[in-house]
Amino acid sequence: MSVLAPERAPVQETPGSPEVIGRARKKDFAGLVLAVPFLVLLVSTVLVPVLYALYLSLFTERLQGLGFSGPEHVFVWLGNYVSVLADNAFHAGLGNVALFALVHIPSMLIGSLVLALLLDSAVVRLRQMWSLAVFVPYAVPVVIGGLIWAYLYSPTIGPIKNLLGVDPLSDAAVLPSIANIATWQWVGYNMIIFYTALQAVPKEIVEAARADGAGGFRTAWSIKIPMIRPTVFVAVVFTVIGSLQLFTEPMVLRGFTGTVTSTWTPSMYVYEAAFVAGDNGRAAAASVLLAVICALLSAVVMRFSTRRSR
Amino acid sequence: MSTFVADRRSRWVSVPAVHLILVIAALYSLLPLVWLVTSATKSLGDFSTTGAFEFGEWNLWANVKTLFTQENGIFWHWLLNSVLYAGGGAVLGSLICAACGYAIAKTSFPGRRLLFALTLTGVLVPTTVLALPMYLLASELRIVDTFWAVFIPLLTNPFGVYLARVYADASVPDEVLEAARVDGAGQLRTFFTVALPMMRPGVVTVLLFQFIGIWNNFFLPLVLLTDPKLFPVSLGLFQWSTRQNQFPQYTPLVITGSLLAVLPLVVAFLVLNRQWRKGLAAGSVK
Repeated sequence: MSVLAPERAPVQETPGSPEVIGRARKKDFAGLVLAVPFLVLLVSTVLVPVLYALYLSLFTERLQGLGFSGPEHVFVWLGNYVSVLADNAFHAGLGNVALFALVHIPSMLIGSLVLALLLDSAVVRLRQMWSLAVFVPYAVPVVIGGLIWAYLYSPTIGPIKNLLGVDPLSDAAVLPSIANIATWQWVGYNMIIFYTALQAVPKEIVEAARADGAGGFRTAWSIKIPMIRPTVFVAVVFTVIGSLQLFTEPMVLRGFTGTVTSTWTPSMYVYEAAFVAGDNGRAAAASVLLAVICALLSAVVMRFSTRRSR
Repeated sequence: MSTFVADRRSRWVSVPAVHLILVIAALYSLLPLVWLVTSATKSLGDFSTTGAFEFGEWNLWANVKTLFTQENGIFWHWLLNSVLYAGGGAVLGSLICAACGYAIAKTSFPGRRLLFALTLTGVLVPTTVLALPMYLLASELRIVDTFWAVFIPLLTNPFGVYLARVYADASVPDEVLEAARVDGAGQLRTFFTVALPMMRPGVVTVLLFQFIGIWNNFFLPLVLLTDPKLFPVSLGLFQWSTRQNQFPQYTPLVITGSLLAVLPLVVAFLVLNRQWRKGLAAGSVK
């Protein structure tokens, strides 16, 4: 998950006698046969839809004249993009996911990193049990995780309002409440990823640091964390993308509170534009914008990671 | 372990603190599920009269019975659909990933680098972008509101291909493939009888995570399905949950249904513990 495996030059690429070349060609064909099912899926369920979304985002449906002839497909250049970018609801959605990311990403990453480091330290007993316990929420479907927490948050059924003295579904608290659902679901998964990476840190380096008098904290901070930095950055990229696409948790909470609007996140905005308002052009433009933002942010994070690890 | 010696110095100070943090983390993770278990045993009235984590009157069987008879037993359909979408999709999808990952790692068909680059890009494309065009394409093909509209898109698992490529690289030695070729086995046969068994722990990991991914997926079924008979269990429960404000009797159904939908996944992860850990390790450390 962290670093790409180094390219290994396949043996069969070295050209030799005509016989070998002939065999290699036959092999190429067989490799293609094995790759074709996925290739077909990738083209039909990813590439074509992406291109179609780009195409859709340049058109709008307009009623012509008195509207007797039905709506007409009109090319509007970047008109849909302009109207999405000027839409306050879209801004509000972006603001919500940005705030969500600011709460969710640090709490989830610090939580999973600390737990992974604790599991990796020599003093912990019953490692397997602890890591499984924290991992279990990942196996809970997002809708159901959202429902469980929504009930726990709900003032009539759940205990949290009485426990904290704050209504978790109120205007001010709903964002951290949603972030908490996501954090609950992902801490264990990332903990396991980080723990696995920590296991690969050479023991000699850690022992050398210990021999030099570094304590547990110092070893973790200056040796272990830098060694697993690539893994951490990949986790950050996936979490950033996931945060921008936030959809299910707020959709579930909508059934419990009026504070979550129908366009609360950009993904909900796209859903609303496409399937409630029926404005395909605007929905496509918003979804393309969201994809572009995702790509830019992951590029920024990855760039940051390569610069820092030099 | 030799780190033991160095730790002894601070050992009895930090051991309780470390375990306290782990206990808190475990409680945070498990208490919501404990709540789900206790709540599934309660009747609607008991929610307001009993504490969140205590048992009320034992009502689980009544809840389960209502759950399975509600709307002519539609919950059966939902569970079965989820098993078909996730089970069928994960088995077929992980096999497709394994074949493609192996082909990219171990054969030299033209364009494999391009395919790999496209695959990595595919990992990053948000579902949100795909949902509307997929809906429109599915309407063109007249497969909206069918099993296939949800099943086919969820087979595509670019990250699984990436993992399978790593597993093939790590676990299938070139010498073995060479030996199979010398013995006269064709490439396809070599893949199925030699390489695939060697990649098995990795493929099981892809399978398990694709299963979870499909069982979890919400956006695509929400967009592509309107017939409740085709819903996977999370979409069905979501739809019931939106009715609770008007009809509170749905609350125990949603809670009991959630418990029954979560159990198989938790059990699968616990039972296959060793398998997926090994697979994740191979995939993440490379």
